[in-house]
Amino acid sequence: MVTLSHYLTLSALLFAISVAGIFLNRKNVIVLLMCVELLLLAVNFNFIAFSRYLDDPAGQVFVFFILTVAAAESAIGLAILVVLFRSRRSINVQELDVLKG
Amino acid sequence: MNPMAQDLITIWPEILLAGGICLVLMVDMFLRDSHRDVTYLITIVLLVGLAWALVGLPSGAMAPEGTATAFGGSFISDPLSRVLKLFAVAAVATVFLYSRPYLRARGLHLGEFYVLGLFGLLGILVLASSYSLLVSYLGLELLSLSLYAMVAFNRESPVAAEAAMKYFVLGAIASGTLLYGMSLVYGVTGSLNIGDLEAAIGRPEAGSMMLWVGLAFLVAGVAFKFGAVPFHMWVPDVYQGAPTAVTLYVGTAPKLGALALAIRILVEGLPAVGDLWQVMLAALAVLSLVLGNVAAIAQTNVRRMLAYSTIAHVGFILLGFVAGTPEGIQAALFYTLVYVIMAAGSFGFLVLLSSRGEEVEELDDLRGLWQRSPWFALMMVLLMVSMIGVPPLAGFYAKWWVLSALLEADHVGLALAALVASVIGAYYYLRVIRLMLFDDGGQATAAGVPLDVRVVLSVNALLLLLIGLLPDRLLELCARAAALI
Repeated sequence: MVTLSHYLTLSALLFAISVAGIFLNRKNVIVLLMCVELLLLAVNFNFIAFSRYLDDPAGQVFVFFILTVAAAESAIGLAILVVLFRSRRSINVQELDVLKG
Repeated sequence: MNPMAQDLITIWPEILLAGGICLVLMVDMFLRDSHRDVTYLITIVLLVGLAWALVGLPSGAMAPEGTATAFGGSFISDPLSRVLKLFAVAAVATVFLYSRPYLRARGLHLGEFYVLGLFGLLGILVLASSYSLLVSYLGLELLSLSLYAMVAFNRESPVAAEAAMKYFVLGAIASGTLLYGMSLVYGVTGSLNIGDLEAAIGRPEAGSMMLWVGLAFLVAGVAFKFGAVPFHMWVPDVYQGAPTAVTLYVGTAPKLGALALAIRILVEGLPAVGDLWQVMLAALAVLSLVLGNVAAIAQTNVRRMLAYSTIAHVGFILLGFVAGTPEGIQAALFYTLVYVIMAAGSFGFLVLLSSRGEEVEELDDLRGLWQRSPWFALMMVLLMVSMIGVPPLAGFYAKWWVLSALLEADHVGLALAALVASVIGAYYYLRVIRLMLFDDGGQATAAGVPLDVRVVLSVNALLLLLIGLLPDRLLELCARAAALI
């Protein structure tokens, strides 16, 4: 029997994997964008599981909005990536070190 | 009147702005580069019309004191939202006015700047009026996505691209964190409507552990949008890397959006777990005050210094929330409004000095400004003194109300920490004043700046003096806005 807590655990794992991916990745900016997508999908998983469990459609509606915004977000992310590559000829994360924040 | 029409009237300012943005986008497409001022003029007219629509909403249900909800209670128009919206519109209009000569001198005077800025403003308006987690998220993303694109606006600059990339990745993590918190809160309460959250949390079967974890994620997301320590990494980089005109935008109006997000979700949505988020915010506030003020001393870049000063001011704003009382929220609102005026003035001052093409990057560029442009050196002194919080200026009252709200709520230790941090902070503001008045050798000058920018910047700085001398009007406005929360 698959219960709500199984879904929540899976979602938490996905969330943890994506955050770890963002902070451990030192090579490629595209991997960062993939991790960001995974992050949002983990949240979607949560929403759908709760929506089913609570028998309330609002959570599923939220998921549609998240998917739409995620598409816009990756479009902007890739656009910034193109600008970055043009000016730097590199998308290596370690070379993003001019600013010291 | 049927309910749909009522809903549409309630979101009339947003509809007006969204329609106006499409118009600006369309008109701008058919203009040659030499006629870009037309875009600017339409934008300003649009913003004036928007302010008019906000002040005199054409509806009986929208009496000045009234509160109206729309779309099943997911959107609200109340005094708080109207104050925030009016300030946001004024701030964005001021930003556009300051930025025009700066952008033109660099060949960046493009329609995109106005369109993205207006979309960001739309995001702030939605945030200010949101009464549902979903609407908050949409408003926040509309604002954030516009900001990412604006930071990368100068395509020739590798530094701007790097800042935009860092901002984007960190911002996306923050949005994901906020969303994860929202999903847990939704799971516990079974509702997305902010008005329903409190009643749902009161139910005994609501799982408390999950709620706490969700709350921690929510607070982290909100703190990122504010730029509070330890979620501040993007602030100095973005402020330094972006074109100064964009820094001016990022540093002003979005703070109102972050404040709206915090008030709606934490204060209105989750007062039932107020003790918990007040402790979290207290930790964030103290860290921000200490790190912001100490790190600012070490900076040589003006914008980086102002970025750390922003972090310190955010610490003060969060302290208003920590007090947890209506007076505390009122003080946080007052502080944010005053801070937006101060930030518009100080970043506007940098934009003005960079208007002719040479960028004012380092503190040393300001040396001896008094000999070259005495009036604007004086205005900057006014702004810096207000940021320190010296009595006759608005910054003093902002700090005063936060501290008195803290003391009333028996947070003596926090008030003391804030006081000490402000005294440390005074050092780097005074250094700017010393460089401008008593040193010489710098290059920056205000010569050749258009009249409109000069006048508005002077009004902007003198406004702080006016609010400082007569704080009652603004204070009353804040009290009215916070009364209905």
